[in-house]
Amino acid sequence: MENKKKQTNFDEVLSEYQYEPFRSTKIGNPIVQRVAPRVHVTTGENKIVKSLKEVVKKTVHDGMTISFHHHFRNGDFVFNQVMRIILDEEIKGLTLAPSSLTGVMNELVIEAIKAGTITNITSSGMRGSLGDFISHGGLKKPVIFRSHGNRARAIEHGDIKIDVAFLGVPNSDELGNANGMHGEAVFGSLGYALMDAQYADKVVLITDNIVDYPNTPASIKQTQVDYIVKVDRVGDPNKIGSDATRFTKDPKELKIAKTVNDVIVNSKYFKNDFSFQTGSGGAALAVTRYLRQAMIDNQIKASFALGGITKPTTDLLKEGLIKKVMDVQDFDKGAAEAMQSEENQQEIDASWYADPDNKGAMVDQLDVAILSALEIDTNFNVNVMSGSDGVIRGAIGGHQDAGTAKMTIISAPLVRGRIATVVPKVTTVVTPGESIDVLVTEYGVAINPKRQDLIEQLSNIPNVPIYTIEQLQELAEQKVGTPEPLEFTDRNVALVEYRDGTLIDTIKEIKD
Amino acid sequence: MEIKSTAMAGTLESSDIQITISSNKSGIQIDLNSDVAKIFGKQIKKVIIESLNALEIKNAKVKAVDQGALDCVIRARTLAAAQRATHTAEEPEWEVF
Amino acid sequence: MREERLRRTMMFVPGNNPAMIKDAGIYGADSIMFDLEDAVSLAEKDAARFLISEAIKTQDYGEAELVVRVNGQDTPYYHNDVLAMVKAGIEVIRLPKVESAEMIKQLEQDTLVAEKKFGKEIGSTHLMAAIESAKGVLNAPEIATASSRMIGIALSAEDYTTDMKTHRYPDGAELEFARNMILHAARAAGIAAFDTVFTNMDDVEGFYRETRYIHQLGFDGKSLVNPRQIPMVNEVYAPTKTEIEKARDVIFAIEEAHAKGSGVISMNGQMVDKPVVLRAQRVMRLAVASNLIDKEGNYLGK
Repeated sequence: MENKKKQTNFDEVLSEYQYEPFRSTKIGNPIVQRVAPRVHVTTGENKIVKSLKEVVKKTVHDGMTISFHHHFRNGDFVFNQVMRIILDEEIKGLTLAPSSLTGVMNELVIEAIKAGTITNITSSGMRGSLGDFISHGGLKKPVIFRSHGNRARAIEHGDIKIDVAFLGVPNSDELGNANGMHGEAVFGSLGYALMDAQYADKVVLITDNIVDYPNTPASIKQTQVDYIVKVDRVGDPNKIGSDATRFTKDPKELKIAKTVNDVIVNSKYFKNDFSFQTGSGGAALAVTRYLRQAMIDNQIKASFALGGITKPTTDLLKEGLIKKVMDVQDFDKGAAEAMQSEENQQEIDASWYADPDNKGAMVDQLDVAILSALEIDTNFNVNVMSGSDGVIRGAIGGHQDAGTAKMTIISAPLVRGRIATVVPKVTTVVTPGESIDVLVTEYGVAINPKRQDLIEQLSNIPNVPIYTIEQLQELAEQKVGTPEPLEFTDRNVALVEYRDGTLIDTIKEIKD
Repeated sequence: MEIKSTAMAGTLESSDIQITISSNKSGIQIDLNSDVAKIFGKQIKKVIIESLNALEIKNAKVKAVDQGALDCVIRARTLAAAQRATHTAEEPEWEVF
Repeated sequence: MREERLRRTMMFVPGNNPAMIKDAGIYGADSIMFDLEDAVSLAEKDAARFLISEAIKTQDYGEAELVVRVNGQDTPYYHNDVLAMVKAGIEVIRLPKVESAEMIKQLEQDTLVAEKKFGKEIGSTHLMAAIESAKGVLNAPEIATASSRMIGIALSAEDYTTDMKTHRYPDGAELEFARNMILHAARAAGIAAFDTVFTNMDDVEGFYRETRYIHQLGFDGKSLVNPRQIPMVNEVYAPTKTEIEKARDVIFAIEEAHAKGSGVISMNGQMVDKPVVLRAQRVMRLAVASNLIDKEGNYLGK
């Protein structure tokens, strides 16, 4: 009964928003048509605009789609400056299409929604007060969540048509050649912003550091940029890096990391020229440390590391254990600095990184991905979007994209406090179980039954017990008890796309 | 048993629950603060009430600040706070152990 | 003699910390020691008693032996600690600061009273002693044999070195006598011997050095302050491939002898002595615990 009701509702969403339902992680070989931006021709004179206010007045009008990148993360000074002016100008009906939304942006986004300035949002994710606001029905139209690869695809397809991109950079010359590596607020790779620079009708660079022409290396090029505005500061360098660089001392995280390492090392993928992607956060960094030792012990080198990059990964590059780092964003200062010094650390854009509608993206070549989860269910579906209270508090990031790796490992504690991570059914399906191969918890490992080869390879690792995912789910429930079901209204507050642009799930308004 | 004074047990650390028990004119009244209240609120209150019943405490005000405690922790903290509030901490009610 | 079980690792868990008590089972410690003594402040003794008691009754700690360190007999908490833990069904009570056989006999008596009071099987609660002074070390042999409930004695070096007017050194020379005394007392009594804790988590090399040393002496294992030390101890105690294969041959020879109904075990035409059999059995137990062999006894390591 419940399921039937849910299905009907899902079908209605499909027709209302003209979606195809998610069917398979396989993309196949369709022929797609990409779009191109409109170009306002100039020889490049007079790109410098005196103030943000002037550039906003020149470029932003009611009903437009505007974009930002989130490379400054919680040290971002650009978004709020621009959004404040847009609010003051009383512009209405905008679609906000940033690569993601970070906590520092929350209050102004909420204010802009309340003012009618923002009426649509697409993002990788959101957290904190904004997630709470959206989950309680604060925005009339549902938010569309897209992975980093899917955002690139949507921009190339024209599903996201950016009218004006406001891109903060730590340096630029007077024509708009810029990179993320030099200056005060450096963040390394400009990977996500490169899509906006390439496809937006108007590209506005915002910088606190105008340098001599021509500025190199130019990640964003003068051929793409319409306007440049100088402001006092674009970001707070101390808040750009996550505190991910510290190695965890938490024995539980270490145990999980050690087990992840055991799984990798005992799989058939651990051989010369293998490739891998890890996230940020204590456990992921610890995996990198264990992996380093295993690579040294077994005299194995990796061909490349991919994705969001941290210092432990660039250290492996410097040590010669990884041949190339393919870098779409840097999580800490060490990784951002290595971007300048290491010629084998290649900046890649989101399309090259993960766009499924491509002539081969980096993720398609990936052997091993280590990803996290808020929840994973007995079908191996993963939720990284909504919390145990049903409130949005996460981001897809590259989860669906890296999930296509040959061996995708979810690394997560079985329970967090009183919240089970392994559940009968995830609150929100973000990454389909079809693409998940192994779950590693502090109690043991579960392997997707479709991977009999991995079950065979991983069944006799000392101190790594293998369970079925159902056994782990029961164990978790036995520990924390059976939660009462969350209550939602029928209203959709968010739509979750799969990376190919199909609809994989919806998020309902939470009932309090 | 009667509540003789307000007493507290437990901390605000992760996986703990801080229980404060004070006197109440009639019945048991629970003020629960928990991030998992939506999904475990009823269960948390049930464990608190059962623990108080075990000590035959009929009237009490309970303030519970939960940090994701399991049932066994909720029971332990409620019993400890209750024995302190009834001034019986060092002559425990062995039946409830 | 009681059935010998592996006691390589005895992990200390602070008795008033729900997060650590909840996760104590995941690290594969042979023994989990919940601490009511030093890790719990005076104002929280009652609360910790409830917490450990509820945890023991409800949480699944798998194969681990569950131990509680009660407060000393000279404290007002001792009696309630013993009563509460016996009621909860603890497997082993560890008494700190033991200096004489009388103290263990007193504990035995108090445990018996508690078992009777709560209808527990008489003798089901085992005991162990922590030796923390010169007097305790000298009396170790009688302490070890003071009760049939005794399963082990442990050295606690912090208090001991203070008592000896020294402190701990990297080479452990100051503990040489105490370690040997305790080890001999334990072996003579047929119970387990536990070495002291090593608290500097940053000195991994020092930890390995000390663990290899006490392994060489013959200790059953070590008391540990951090779960990260468990795999390190297990690594030191893991038998080598050669040891396992040799032990396997001995076990096969025993099975063969049993099958033939012969009392004499022989291998390659030579008789196998009892010590060889005992050692082989111990190696196989360690090999199983270290997951170094599969169900058929085949070696799995690298």
